[in-house]
Amino acid sequence: MDQIYSALLTMSLGVAGCILYFWGSNWLLGIIFPFRGQSHEQAARNLRIASSVRPWLFLGPALFFLFLYLVYPVIDSLRLSFMGRSGEEFVGISNYVWLFNDPEFQESLKNNVLWLLIVPAASTFFGLIIAALTDRVSWGNIAKSLIFMPMAISFIGASIIWKFIYDYRPTGSDQIGLLNAFVEYLGFEPQAWIAVPFWNNLFLMIILVWIQTGFAMVILSAALRGIPEETVEAAVLDGANGLQIFFKILVPQIWGTIAVVWTTITITVLKVFDIVLAMTNGQWNSQVLANMMFDWMFRGGGDFGRGAAIAVIIMVAVVPIMVWNIRNAQAQMEDR
Amino acid sequence: MSATQTQARSSTLVQRMKRISPLTIVVHLSVLLLVIMWTIPTFGLLVSSIRDKDQLAVSGWWTALSSSEQNLIARTNAPSTQVFENGVYILKGNIAPEGESVEVLAFGSSSQDPSAFEPGTTSTLRNGNTLNVETNGDYVFSSEKEFTGSRGKRIFYQAVEKPRWTLDNYREVLSSEGLGQSFINSLTVTIPATIIPILIAAFAAYALSWMQMPFRGLLLAVVIGLLVVPLQMSLIPLLRLYNEIAMYFGVGAKSYLGIWLAHTGFGLPLAIYLLRNYISNLPREIIESARVDGATDFDIFRRIVLPLSFPALASFAIFQFLWVWNDLLVATVFLGNGDEFLVLTGRLRELLGSRGGNWEILTASAFVTMIVPITVFFTLQRYLVRGLLAGSVK
Amino acid sequence: MTGLKLTNIKKSYGKTDVIHGVDLEVQKGEFIVFVGPSGCGKSTLLRMIAGLESITDGDLEISGERVNDLPAAMRGIAMVFQTYALYPHMTVYDNMAFGMRIAKADKAEIEKRVTDAADMLQLTPYLDRLPKALSGGQRQRVAIGRAIVRNPTVFLFDEPLSNLDAALRVATRIEIANLKEGLPDTTMVYVTHDQVEAMTLADRIVVLSAGLIEQVGTPLELYNKPANTFVAKFIGSPAMNISKAKLSKAGDSSVLALPNGNSFEVPISSAAGLEGQDLEWGVRPEDMLICQDNDTELLSGSVMFIESLGEVTLLHIDCGGEDSVVAKLPGIADVKKGDQISLTAPADKLHVFDNKGVSFLYL
Repeated sequence: MDQIYSALLTMSLGVAGCILYFWGSNWLLGIIFPFRGQSHEQAARNLRIASSVRPWLFLGPALFFLFLYLVYPVIDSLRLSFMGRSGEEFVGISNYVWLFNDPEFQESLKNNVLWLLIVPAASTFFGLIIAALTDRVSWGNIAKSLIFMPMAISFIGASIIWKFIYDYRPTGSDQIGLLNAFVEYLGFEPQAWIAVPFWNNLFLMIILVWIQTGFAMVILSAALRGIPEETVEAAVLDGANGLQIFFKILVPQIWGTIAVVWTTITITVLKVFDIVLAMTNGQWNSQVLANMMFDWMFRGGGDFGRGAAIAVIIMVAVVPIMVWNIRNAQAQMEDR
Repeated sequence: MSATQTQARSSTLVQRMKRISPLTIVVHLSVLLLVIMWTIPTFGLLVSSIRDKDQLAVSGWWTALSSSEQNLIARTNAPSTQVFENGVYILKGNIAPEGESVEVLAFGSSSQDPSAFEPGTTSTLRNGNTLNVETNGDYVFSSEKEFTGSRGKRIFYQAVEKPRWTLDNYREVLSSEGLGQSFINSLTVTIPATIIPILIAAFAAYALSWMQMPFRGLLLAVVIGLLVVPLQMSLIPLLRLYNEIAMYFGVGAKSYLGIWLAHTGFGLPLAIYLLRNYISNLPREIIESARVDGATDFDIFRRIVLPLSFPALASFAIFQFLWVWNDLLVATVFLGNGDEFLVLTGRLRELLGSRGGNWEILTASAFVTMIVPITVFFTLQRYLVRGLLAGSVK
Repeated sequence: MTGLKLTNIKKSYGKTDVIHGVDLEVQKGEFIVFVGPSGCGKSTLLRMIAGLESITDGDLEISGERVNDLPAAMRGIAMVFQTYALYPHMTVYDNMAFGMRIAKADKAEIEKRVTDAADMLQLTPYLDRLPKALSGGQRQRVAIGRAIVRNPTVFLFDEPLSNLDAALRVATRIEIANLKEGLPDTTMVYVTHDQVEAMTLADRIVVLSAGLIEQVGTPLELYNKPANTFVAKFIGSPAMNISKAKLSKAGDSSVLALPNGNSFEVPISSAAGLEGQDLEWGVRPEDMLICQDNDTELLSGSVMFIESLGEVTLLHIDCGGEDSVVAKLPGIADVKKGDQISLTAPADKLHVFDNKGVSFLYL
């Protein structure tokens, strides 16, 4: 309980500090460059100065945090990736040389490609299907809500949920995992699913698809509803059937949104490590980059050089999407 | 316009699609199937977490409602309770555990053959003793010799196992597994880490939307770029930085302040982006009108923009809350695994390692970690959806 | 006394000039309307007066003081916006009191001014309501009330009626006209693209086009003596018919040589140097007449299209020019599509412009 009180205290102090900063700096600005009770010339000059300073006061804390927690680390990670395990001595590109010769890394890279191909595609596909179907039933909102719910569950919680489903008992005893029980019901041998190399990747991916489909569904459903109804009506008059309307009229109109959903999930996939950590911790050929990076950060006291090198590889994969995003946003702003 | 015309006009897309598709039932069934597929994993977890741990370990949760046969062992009352009647020593009682009832299917006296005798038949055992167990569990154990020892005799029996529901699993994880402490730790991390960035981001978003300044476009591009920077890039440099600062002041590198600030930094790009999208779409004339009315930027922000941006602020708050609550990576790196710092996700990961086979622990723990975000999710879903729509880079 | 003075005001965004140098002097208490097609810079000019846009070059004076660098709040102006711009989270009372509260005015004073303004605009029953609970017309009145409370020396309106439906627009227009009577010392500047609003409200109208003033004058001056073909076509509906001719004789009155071979004398003087030059002449549709026996035919052609409005009939006639000629005849005219028709007009109703479009009256 004491902890809660101190947390609440710190929180109020933090918020009060923020308010004090914004209010105080604004007040100070008014004192240094007053505009009331001045000659017109002087007031105009002071106002000009104050209004060129004020945006930076407003932005100050945000810029500070963005720089310290995101910009500086990106640069420093790049630097560290050329350093040894403690981050002190320069080792050239040897971290990268090691990386590309490391079988674990090659496996991670292969698995990551697999994840990048399958998860965004599957989530977007299911999201689109569900969005389209739920719009046609009266209880669609409840259905959406339930399918969306996994978004609120932590990756680690989701991992436990699914580990329970994949649970394996030797043949002969009752299966308590849903999947093996089902497999046995169909008359096949139960398997320790997450220990079967290659295929286990798919079983881990299912978890992320389960979580991300809700996200895709919500965005795509809004996009589908944003389509002018007249285009559907026109297609109906032209004699198109339901499927034709969906694939030839609706889907082409939301390509932009589909791309957005796809890239957003792609980013999530690149960063996700909790699932692999919880399910297999990279055993049975299921390693991915993010988990490998986490591993190297702490393995044997931590190897900062190699960890940073892996982080840089993840970053490189993100850069194209980053550029694309910035371009889109700028194009959109010019439209306004 | 006639009534029918009005109706035709207002008929929605849903109705239209219904009319043109003869497959309405198929649609309903498919949606139902999808919903079941998506909810059954969580449902199974919930059901399992309130089952008796012995039952949970041997049968699937989908059988939880049906009774099953079980081989069980009971002990008679202690020999000290024996009575001497008609020349034999008798032990009487009921084999059901304290406060419960049983339905005996069969009984026996050895573990090899717990179903040797029908209930209600007085059976002679190998050593000449007789035993009778009724269906309701009443037993009569008789012997010509006096019972000795301090413990009762063992009775093996087969009984119908009724489903047993219990909150014991929750009691156990909250107290002895340390989940209660972790729950408080999680709250300690999450609340400040949700509130601090909001204010900072709101001011920044206002400046980027409505104030004349150089480099505005550039700064926005930077924010959008930072939106997708993987956390992994930040971890090592920040960990080093934290260690150095801690060393300088001679304190531990793991602290709540550290993680609050870290989450603030990591949450800011989304916060600024989301709030700017909203704030820059506020009607320009309202802002200008306030300016004509003599309001300074600070006044405009406080009295006009902040109250009008409530939906966006709520959206971001929910996002950040869910993200921080569910985060494992940042917590592990910046708080570590000490008991006073271990958050729910970290505790869950630890349990997964140490109690990997104890599903009663894992299911109950997982549900404890999920309860807060799921409640938030269902009560504030509206804002979450709105935030998602505004927050994805279009 | 001068209320508002613009001297060579210019505005450019980067390299794009949008206002090319505007000079204008407005008397205190005058009601001035800026009118022009969309994109002509009328709103920009208003926003520069308000202090919402910076002034690239030139001087802006309010009540004799240069205010170029003063922020909006210190210029003594108030503005009514097209979309009302009410603060949606504040009640009507708070909306009207906002400006004075910001200025930290005395509570009793605020109360008095707000209730006075509310009385004047019949808003008293709605003071506790939020804007979303009001109708469009009431919202516009609140916006006006908010401006009145500020007690401005210059009152600015940016297309305040364009978001209202037709009936409300007329009612609110009358209200604004009453407001003007009630505030005789307040200079008002009103921007619109609607010439009816301009003609009915204005003391003087400023016609703008592409960042330049085309003409400044009272409504009737603009109607009767347009300075150039732009103003001639812009004021009046349907627009003035403009055709080509040559000046065959200059002097106190001018003689036009029409393309159909006729000569037509108009009582407008012209300089001798213009003789033999190309010119344009115009006549308003409502001044057109069907030729009687002795009339000189100005134009002739076949009727392409007839609009019968009851009180008048509009004939669209193909006279061989680029645009069809419109004639507005009183009552229901007995004309059929395809009829050949020849038109004339009283000589004093003709407008004559030189080959650059400038009226002979202003050469």
